[in-house]
Amino acid sequence: MARGLLDARARVAGPRREPRRGSGGPGRTRYLVGAICLAICAVMLMPLVMSVLASVKPTAEAAASPPTYLPHSVSLDSYQRLWSYQQGLPTYLWNSLGTALLTIAFTLLLTVPAAYALARFPIPGKEVIFVVLLLALIVPYQAMLTPIFLMFADIGLTNSLVGLAILHTAIQLPFSLYILRNSFSAVPRELAEAAIVDGASSWQALVRIFLPSTVPAIVTVALFAFIMSWNEFLGALVMMSKGSKFTLPLILAAARTETSLGGTDWGMLQAGITISIIPCVLVYLLLQRYYVSGLMSGATK
Amino acid sequence: MYRSKRGRLVGFAYLAPALAFVLVFTVYPLGQMMWMSLHNWSLLTPPVWVGFDNYERVFGDRQFWVSFLFTLKYTALITPVLIVGGYLLALLTAHNSPLRKVTRTVVFVPVVIGLGVSSLLWYWLFSADFGLVNRVLMDLGLVSGPVLWLGVDADMSNLAISTSVVWKVIGFGMILFVGAIQAVPTEITEATMVDGASHRQRVTRVILPLTLRTVLLVTLLSVIGSLLAFDQFYIMTAGQPQNETATSVFYVYLNSFPYLKLGYGAALSMVLAVTILAFTVVQLLLARRSEV
Repeated sequence: MARGLLDARARVAGPRREPRRGSGGPGRTRYLVGAICLAICAVMLMPLVMSVLASVKPTAEAAASPPTYLPHSVSLDSYQRLWSYQQGLPTYLWNSLGTALLTIAFTLLLTVPAAYALARFPIPGKEVIFVVLLLALIVPYQAMLTPIFLMFADIGLTNSLVGLAILHTAIQLPFSLYILRNSFSAVPRELAEAAIVDGASSWQALVRIFLPSTVPAIVTVALFAFIMSWNEFLGALVMMSKGSKFTLPLILAAARTETSLGGTDWGMLQAGITISIIPCVLVYLLLQRYYVSGLMSGATK
Repeated sequence: MYRSKRGRLVGFAYLAPALAFVLVFTVYPLGQMMWMSLHNWSLLTPPVWVGFDNYERVFGDRQFWVSFLFTLKYTALITPVLIVGGYLLALLTAHNSPLRKVTRTVVFVPVVIGLGVSSLLWYWLFSADFGLVNRVLMDLGLVSGPVLWLGVDADMSNLAISTSVVWKVIGFGMILFVGAIQAVPTEITEATMVDGASHRQRVTRVILPLTLRTVLLVTLLSVIGSLLAFDQFYIMTAGQPQNETATSVFYVYLNSFPYLKLGYGAALSMVLAVTILAFTVVQLLLARRSEV
């Protein structure tokens, strides 16, 4: 909706110069607003910066009480300890990444064809089916973990990346389907009909016409699936009881209480936090446009 | 397109995998949960039908109410901050100048990192002896000794955890508010400027009423999110002291998994699901009206 209005505004406003809004004319206000913006940025970035700085403190300094503000010298000790902590960082990285990639794959494989069908085929009872597919929107997955766990325990999907990815797909499916269906519906009818007249099968029309026209929505869906799966905690906590299957957030939460003698290894914890944050922030900064548009259409509708 | 009968079949074939997936992994567990909630079941013994006993027990369970009221308290504390704070940030940054765009991006960064990971980060910042929050407070002379933020007093824990979550999610509301504010037609704001309205009047009389629906939607989303809080409490207080900071979802988790009271856990889940459902229905109704 926001987008539609924006376009409408652009059309009506035409070539006129947009009035400065809020930024309010006189110089003093502008400097004040600038200063407030900078202060807000500083406050928001501070915790992340402090965590990264703490992760490069040498072992003794990282365990100091009271803590130092800035590292006196830079060391990668904490990263080294994290690298070989318990099963080793590569195992946990792989568990998190593998689950996230499987979640993206499952989500797209299920929702792309379904969105195509819902947007373009005369299926009887389509509206009812759509509501059933969106059911997970109104029942929080937090409430359904026990029956899902029991089912997975029966069919050997606990302590399995595939199992966790299935759970994450179930969480992410309604949002993805919603975004994709809207995007498939927006593909111009003439385009698809031209392909059919040329004798293309529905599958060829999907691959040649629809997929290329819905790339932004597909990227958005993949992006949200990645970030949700990489970060998800409660489901992983319930499904993964073996240490060797822990995802990154799980092993870090475990490390919070049960580290080497002498209490929590704060330096290593900050190293782990830094490593878990990097992919999310990178992906967000690179694909910000998709993220924000997905949020607008997914959350406000 | 594809009007023929064959077209319907083909369409259904595209739809079938997703439908089967949802039936197996969402609809079936939902039914299973209802069935479980009517049984006494501990994994070790076979389930025994008990009718609505579990539900009766829920409402007489002291810890259920402690958890539920604590969750409400947390929701009541954090929601106004998120909405008012998010809206003020949106008013500040809605205009597309480079600095404001950067501010928007920066404020939004914590939204994309995990709640579990951000909770671990703040667990460290609020740690009594090793955390920077106490270091700053002591250096400024505001407190004489380390403050025990987490897991000792329920209200202090609530305050500390709410602070961390505000940092983590305030950008979510802000981005949606920015979208709504930018969608206010320029003609309207221009007209009020010609009429000589002050900035404050423009905000309260024009922008706020025109974006009210988004404000309501974000409020509902925030309330639902807060009522389902788990990660931050599991990580930062582990429910301490004496499960006073164990939220509703936390209590479901405790019963279903560590305690293995599966039937009782399912009844708790059902109560939670119905509570959330009430809020979601309002949200969907609001959203639907906007599409007209």
